[in-house]
Amino acid sequence: MSIPPREAAISIRGLRKAFGGQPVYSGFDLDVRRGDILAIFGPNGCGKSTLINMAAGLLPMDGGTILYDGRDVADVRVGYVFQNYREALFPWRRAADNIRYPLRLMGLPKSEIERRVERLAASFRVRFDLHRYPYELSGGQQQLVSIMRALAVEPEVLFLDEPFSALDYETTLSLRDLLQAVLKEIGVTTLLVSHDLEESIVLADRLLMLTRRPTTVADDVPVALPWPRGTAALSSPGFVAIKARCLDVFQAAVAA
Amino acid sequence: MKTFAAPVAGAIGFILLWQVAVWLRVADPILLPPPSEAFTDTWAALTRGTLALDTWRTVQRTMLSFLIATVIGVPLGVALGAKESVYRSVEFVVDFFRSTPASAMFPLFIVLFGPGESTKIAVAAFGAALVILFNAAYGVINARRTRVLAARIMGASGPRIMADVLVWEALPQILVGMRAGVSLALVIVVVAEMFIGSTDGLGHRVINAQMLFESGLMYGTIFVAGALGYALNLLFLLIEKRFVHWAGR
Repeated sequence: MSIPPREAAISIRGLRKAFGGQPVYSGFDLDVRRGDILAIFGPNGCGKSTLINMAAGLLPMDGGTILYDGRDVADVRVGYVFQNYREALFPWRRAADNIRYPLRLMGLPKSEIERRVERLAASFRVRFDLHRYPYELSGGQQQLVSIMRALAVEPEVLFLDEPFSALDYETTLSLRDLLQAVLKEIGVTTLLVSHDLEESIVLADRLLMLTRRPTTVADDVPVALPWPRGTAALSSPGFVAIKARCLDVFQAAVAA
Repeated sequence: MKTFAAPVAGAIGFILLWQVAVWLRVADPILLPPPSEAFTDTWAALTRGTLALDTWRTVQRTMLSFLIATVIGVPLGVALGAKESVYRSVEFVVDFFRSTPASAMFPLFIVLFGPGESTKIAVAAFGAALVILFNAAYGVINARRTRVLAARIMGASGPRIMADVLVWEALPQILVGMRAGVSLALVIVVVAEMFIGSTDGLGHRVINAQMLFESGLMYGTIFVAGALGYALNLLFLLIEKRFVHWAGR
């Protein structure tokens, strides 16, 4: 999929990374369109998380560039949601203070901080008490707080590293619905790593299927299903067709 | 009430056993007086004698050495823990002196600080500081990596991560170290009061009572020291519960 440079929010060129002499990426290129939700799906150990960790600046690259409108990640406002919400939130701060934390780091005035927290709570239809400590909340509520904390800074790019994999199916479904509505409303460029094919298709504008190491793109699947994509969308012919195509590619990529 | 029943029953059982041993004349009554005599002697020493002051002096020494140990041990431990490579290089020295019986250091500290008050405080502070330092360092080293990364990606600088994440992550372990440290400081102070020129303190009172064959008072003083250690431990457990409500959750 070729994207004109002016529309590309993220450009990855010639990315190289090896672990213990084993190359994971050797010359990997990718462009992500502004406002797109890109899901990254692939076999275990293919380096999905490695890719977004390098993009988020959490992991050094061996070579190549990852640029956001020509800027380095250090100059970009990013949000990051970790898989393990229990270890990502600060348990010594109340849920609301967790959300306020990055805003205080930015040095925003108190009124603006409160405005943003209230707006996020409204967008995500939060009905539980944000004055509680994270460990007093359910897993789904904790991950929702993590997502709110990541979005509070009004990020230019959002990274989601298997955000639902530690949650039960029922919670995943409702959180997924909330998240897609908010992400589409604010139009933030998003990289989602997932090992759940259904989740990847439901949330993505575009699905990137990766091969085993050394990692290359097995398939680049546009997901042109209408929004919002509720539970009914999971059985629509469009969804089923995309899922069938992805499964074929996945099996070929794993067998290769 | 049920939570108190079991320990109370245990204590009564212990006293009964003592009384039975006295009736059976297991030992000379001079060496093993009945519990009632130990209690009256101790009560008299508390109200009319110097035992209350001795207890207070021991508490003072323990708290002072514990305070010094905390002021040195916590910041140093946190700083060393933040640089794991540095901690690894001093780990052997810390472990070595942590394992050295503090009482073996008395002569050295007498040479350094003279045979007075400061030696008792210094040895106790030294022993407690190593325990606190070790726990603080490990608290920081074992900080959840995800939390540090989360703070970093939100734009926290190195010093902010230290103050907002690492210290908090280490706090449960720091308090465990402080609890162990205060117990150790009490142990060292009591021993120091026995053998390093003292005129007061529980250690001094115990050994004096023993030499003067005041057995009742000796047992009573031992129990006062025990109660003190128990109370300090309980106090720190309560502080841990109150201030690190998130620990283990």
